[in-house]
Amino acid sequence: MHETTTYEPVLTGERREKLEQLLQRYETRRAGVLPALWMVQHARGWISDDAMAEVAEVLDLTPAYVKGVVTFYTMYHQHPVGEHFIQVCTTTCCNLVGAEVVVEALLEQTGCKELGATSPDGKYTVVEVECLGACGFPTPVMVNDDFIESVTPESVSELLERYK
Amino acid sequence: MGYPHEPHPRETLVLSEHFGAADARTYDGWVKRGGYKALEKALAMDPAAVIDEVKESGLRGRGGAGFPAGVKWGFMPKERKGPHYLCVNADESEPGTFKDREIMRWTPHGLIEGAAITAHAIQAETSYIYIRGEFTEPIAVMQQALDEAYARNVLGENAMGSGKRIDMYIHRGAGAYICGEETALMNSIEGKRGNPRIRPPFPAAYGVFGRPTTINNVETLASVSHIINRGSQWYKGLSLSNPRSTGTKLLSVCGQVNKPGNYEVEMGFPLKDLIYDLCGGVPSGTLKSVVPGGSSVPYLTREEVESCLLDYEGCVEAGTMLGSGGVIVFDDSADMVYQTMRTCRFYAHESCAQCTQCREGTGWTVRILERILAGEGEMKDLDLLLDLGEQMTGKTICVLSDSCAAVVMSAVTKFRNEFEAYIKGARRPMLAAV
Repeated sequence: MHETTTYEPVLTGERREKLEQLLQRYETRRAGVLPALWMVQHARGWISDDAMAEVAEVLDLTPAYVKGVVTFYTMYHQHPVGEHFIQVCTTTCCNLVGAEVVVEALLEQTGCKELGATSPDGKYTVVEVECLGACGFPTPVMVNDDFIESVTPESVSELLERYK
Repeated sequence: MGYPHEPHPRETLVLSEHFGAADARTYDGWVKRGGYKALEKALAMDPAAVIDEVKESGLRGRGGAGFPAGVKWGFMPKERKGPHYLCVNADESEPGTFKDREIMRWTPHGLIEGAAITAHAIQAETSYIYIRGEFTEPIAVMQQALDEAYARNVLGENAMGSGKRIDMYIHRGAGAYICGEETALMNSIEGKRGNPRIRPPFPAAYGVFGRPTTINNVETLASVSHIINRGSQWYKGLSLSNPRSTGTKLLSVCGQVNKPGNYEVEMGFPLKDLIYDLCGGVPSGTLKSVVPGGSSVPYLTREEVESCLLDYEGCVEAGTMLGSGGVIVFDDSADMVYQTMRTCRFYAHESCAQCTQCREGTGWTVRILERILAGEGEMKDLDLLLDLGEQMTGKTICVLSDSCAAVVMSAVTKFRNEFEAYIKGARRPMLAAV
């Protein structure tokens, strides 16, 4: 028999209360879109079409509208990613001092076949990002919410030790 | 610069004085260092008087545009007919710039104080601190400082017992350079795609939620309490060259330089001294180029660096702009064609895609540069790049398009020999065939 998974809402109970409280800060419910999407991603690790529809319902918007917002902002994941989502800055300032070599080292040592792909063991996804605002401490790398400065190709293995 | 290195004797520490001091982040630590006296003083002043003082000081927007802050505040309606808003632009995403992050990490109460004074001056009861989504540590530090400020009645219904409501909330971004553009920032707060708005109407007339709004950069606001404490005359006195550029600037130096970091100097400081003296020169020994204002300004050649003074007028005179003060340094090992391509790739990625010239122009520019780097370029491509740049300048809703154009046009003009080397086959292709 073919089983379908039913979507379990995220914005319920305490989370919903917190969101409603947050909405007091703004003049419209629409302004709660970015905070609501962050809540969903924090709970589920990514934002599915069903989740977008849920956010829409809670904030009196349409699913298509919410999808338009999700697709604009690069930090929202539209599909599942590895347990440790790794972002490496390769914009000009970091590029000048070896950021691309850091990327290569990360791809090799995580087992990710290419940028954006999740490693076979599901632990890592590595992507390049644009300027992370730590240009004086090249190369900055984010692993989920952790912001790590001054990563070099030599220090990549030590970094990955902390995220097994 | 205070953190993580010892300040250089030629620095003037105002904003960065407490960088590196962990307890300066706390309410008590900030008060111990003279904090919140300025807010107390300002709350007892007429809002118009606060605006006048900041106008007199000559403080100009430190996010990149350099617009006089007091003048911007003066655009807000004097008579409050509904809510007014202050938006703190903490979206710092201009390549080469990393000063606002340090201000928030080390002196969060300094930002809160400056923003609260400003909110009082423009009669805004609610302020949003729009922090880019990637700045997880500044968000945590700022939230903790806000919680403290509320607990100590600095913020809230009755700010410092003044009878005035000052509320301040963090609004987290989600990855979009363009949301640092003030009207895109407002749209993002409203829960929309971060598309810039056409002006007029300007934010002071129609801003967030359609209300009168002022948007200011973190560094601009962090300067405000110092001006209130020590006076506009003191601030005006911090000026080495042009009297229209006053105060100190945090310069974020990065790229191929020996001592990267944030350096705080008086306006008008010589760029060459910053690079060779304060930052210890360049690794290869020979400088090739500097971009002083974050990536969105024209390149300077080594010769042009010699006479460039770091203030708004000085940089324009040198053929570039001070912008955000993100000083990106290239030594003679840098591949100017590749780095120009990489910078343009940044703009192509970040374009909101509203305007045809930007949406198509940034992408097309990147493809031409990639073709040149793959050894498939032709001489007419250089004319095409210059023509494209002109088409991308002065014709769009915001200046992301102009920024990309400025980079490419200055690269082709000033480093033409490097482009020609790829085209004529004198240099091995850097990229695989397109």
